[in-house]
Amino acid sequence: MTTGKLSPKERMQIPRQPMPCQDPHERVLNFAEVALGLTPELARREAERCLECKDPKCVAGCPVGIDIPRFLVEIREGRFDEAIRIVKETNTLPAICGRVCPQEDQCEQVCIVGKKKDPVAIGRLERFVADWERDHGTVELPVCEEPTGFKVAIVGSGPSGLACAAELARNGHSVTIFEALHKPGGVLVYGIPEFRLPKEIVRWEIENLEKMGVEIRCNFVVGKTATVEELMGEEWGFDAVFIGTGAGLPYFMGIPGENLIGVYSANEYLTRVNLMKGYRFPEFDTPVKVGKRIAVVGSGNVAMDCLRTALRLGAEEVICLYRRTRAESPARLEELEHAEEEGIDFRWLTSPVEILGDDEGRVRAVRVIKMELGEPDESGRRRPKPIEGSEYTIDIDEIVMAIGQGPNPLVLQTTPGLELNRWGNIVVDEVTMMTSIPGVFAGGDIVTGAATVILAMGAGKKAAAGIHDYLLGKGGLGGEPRREVAAPPAG
Amino acid sequence: MATILKKETIAPAFKRYVVEVPEVARKHQAGQFVMILLHEHGERIPLTIADSDPEAGTITLIVQEIGKTTMEMGLLPEGTEIAVTGPLGTPTHIERWGTAVCVGGGAGIAPLLPIAKALKEAGNHVVSILGGRTKELVILRDEMEARSDEMIYTTDDGSFGRKGFVTHALADLIEERGKPDIVFGIGPAIMMKAVADLTRPHGTPTVASLNSIMIDGTGMCGCCRVTVGGETKFVCVDGPEFDAHQVDFDLLMKRLRTYVAQEEEAKRRFLEAHRCRATENAEVTA
Ligand SMILES: Cc1cc2nc3c(=O)[nH]c(=O)nc-3n(C[C@H](O)[C@H](O)[C@H](O)COP(=O)(O)OP(=O)(O)OC[C@H]3O[C@@H](n4cnc5c(N)ncnc54)[C@H](O)[C@@H]3O)c2cc1C
Ligand code: SF4
Ligand code: FES
Repeated sequence: MTTGKLSPKERMQIPRQPMPCQDPHERVLNFAEVALGLTPELARREAERCLECKDPKCVAGCPVGIDIPRFLVEIREGRFDEAIRIVKETNTLPAICGRVCPQEDQCEQVCIVGKKKDPVAIGRLERFVADWERDHGTVELPVCEEPTGFKVAIVGSGPSGLACAAELARNGHSVTIFEALHKPGGVLVYGIPEFRLPKEIVRWEIENLEKMGVEIRCNFVVGKTATVEELMGEEWGFDAVFIGTGAGLPYFMGIPGENLIGVYSANEYLTRVNLMKGYRFPEFDTPVKVGKRIAVVGSGNVAMDCLRTALRLGAEEVICLYRRTRAESPARLEELEHAEEEGIDFRWLTSPVEILGDDEGRVRAVRVIKMELGEPDESGRRRPKPIEGSEYTIDIDEIVMAIGQGPNPLVLQTTPGLELNRWGNIVVDEVTMMTSIPGVFAGGDIVTGAATVILAMGAGKKAAAGIHDYLLGKGGLGGEPRREVAAPPAG
Repeated sequence: MATILKKETIAPAFKRYVVEVPEVARKHQAGQFVMILLHEHGERIPLTIADSDPEAGTITLIVQEIGKTTMEMGLLPEGTEIAVTGPLGTPTHIERWGTAVCVGGGAGIAPLLPIAKALKEAGNHVVSILGGRTKELVILRDEMEARSDEMIYTTDDGSFGRKGFVTHALADLIEERGKPDIVFGIGPAIMMKAVADLTRPHGTPTVASLNSIMIDGTGMCGCCRVTVGGETKFVCVDGPEFDAHQVDFDLLMKRLRTYVAQEEEAKRRFLEAHRCRATENAEVTA
């Protein structure tokens, strides 16, 4: 069907191909994935829209610099196996990134086609080839180098830890991931819901990692079960440690009534549902309350996930409270649109001031105040200001706080000498990702504060390069490489 | 994964487990707990570490069978592998205070074991007041006696020790001998509240160990939060032990009731499915 001989003008005439999705009325009744994925025909047609720019802006827009035009050409020509190989040169987790990256702020934002028409749907195509590979059982595991004899501990199995582990294993190092929870994957398993990222995909990526020889030890809380210092000591004998513990500490607003029954942190709400499968209670043992009228505070990806989870649990009315406007909402555009289609009641410029309870301490209402946008703040966004006298009460029986997460201090407090910034995030060397402690590296949300999957993945990869150089005594790293460097044990 | 090496019934609906989990055993200090998960479909629940043997690589858990998960655990044969994570929580602050009183009610006696041991090792004079509904529910008497200088028992029905609550015994003790230097009160929230109310006017430092609902046990979800001295605290990382005089026990008790309906439902279904094997427990706990 495709010729590859279309003129740029003809390419510009092809409309962006629609993503097949579950019908909004139907999908709010289930937890299955909303976006069903492009068919090979749609994918090839979509790829045909790429102009193959000489100086492709999209590549610069991608945090890990995927060679986008090159893989799009392969898709256009129907060589999907070649396309996925190109993607995987730079991206370790394409099936995941294709689904959850904020493409409209990255590659697709700067796509030339997007200047006049809708940009090329790069994310969907990335997902398409990754899914195609998985469905066709043609996966090639990266070839691992000869064992170096070095041992590296990875703390946390989120995208940063997984990417770091994959790279190190490829370089022949022996890698053990320590994960506090009983299932690996970090936010990908406990946070992002099934309807947006099927857990099967995460499980599959992790299995591949294990096939590469990476050992995963769940139920192991670094800082409690063993400290970073102990991991580096004689007994455990790790030569380097990567800390990728994420931004797992939930923030609350500090308003009255926040400890009432029915007030959840987004982490609790999503963990009960995703990690513990609370939506299948009593088949699974963890309960989750099913409210009728639920408010969610915040408007990022986390908030969208809570809002849409609430609908799927059976809530009749789900209200989003956000102190800014839709334009400032940090959520991925696709999630915002899906939430709107599903009937979320968005109350922009609205902020809670108090949560009200009944005699038994259960939430019965939230008092909110209307806001207006004032002068821009340090982040450049206009600062919301309360409008005096505009308070009103909304009856609800549950409320979820999705206003952000900070660094969990467990590892930080038990690692003396680890330099932190004023927000409690780990300070690293930007090139090597090494912390203030020689041999200890860090990356992902624990360094940047809550960010994105692709940034965490990129950071994990970069740290792996830093660790590799450190172990081999290269790159002028500050750390004194340990004894093994001189004589790596064979095998 | 951890292995259940030994399981024995120590009282009606109370079991003692010896679990092999060397890393946890090695690091355990008084006051700490583990999160356990029985299987893929299970829920994560916190259990206090009652004892540990670093050499053997084992920990001891004392479990009261009150809900679906604890009852199901009771049916697992020795040799079963379960997920055990820990040791979690901030260890007990131990000093040589002088006279330390350990007040324990029901399942709360188990967490007192390592605390009494540490208090004694630090050179305190340890007085233990243990209570329960009836004689056989005053658990771990021998173990506590070995770690205490004096013992006082109470039962609600008067079948053992003096008739009444542990708080009655504590009140009399304070009356007779003056206030102790520190009190550790661990048991049902209502009992800990009563202990705190009793010692507050005397200004006796009093520590409670809170048993809130938890999921991760590492400070990630906030579902364990309580109000202590007007501030929100996470029991799993900031606690589980707090200054009992500062704890909002009413809030704790309310929050503990969040899922009563679901918990009852899960238990009912479980008992139906396992009627023959679990009836003895059901009679005691229903
Ligand atoms: C609900 C939700 C939705 C999101 N949606 C998107 C999205 O659509 N697109 C996007 O790009 N980003 C999204 N994000 C952000 C993204 O998921 C994170 O930026 C990313 O996962 C960070 O990766 P990480 O490896 O740094 O940490 P995490 O994914 O947070 O993983 C950290 C891991 O470390 C473990 N850990 C923590 N402490 C210890 C310890 N002491 N010992 C052992 N293990 C420990 C944790 O249990 C966890 O498994 C979302 C986040 C959330 C919460
Ligand atoms: S900018 Fe857009 S059109 Fe140009 S090469 Fe990149 S993806 Fe293709
Ligand atoms: S149990 Fe999740 S924060 Fe305490």
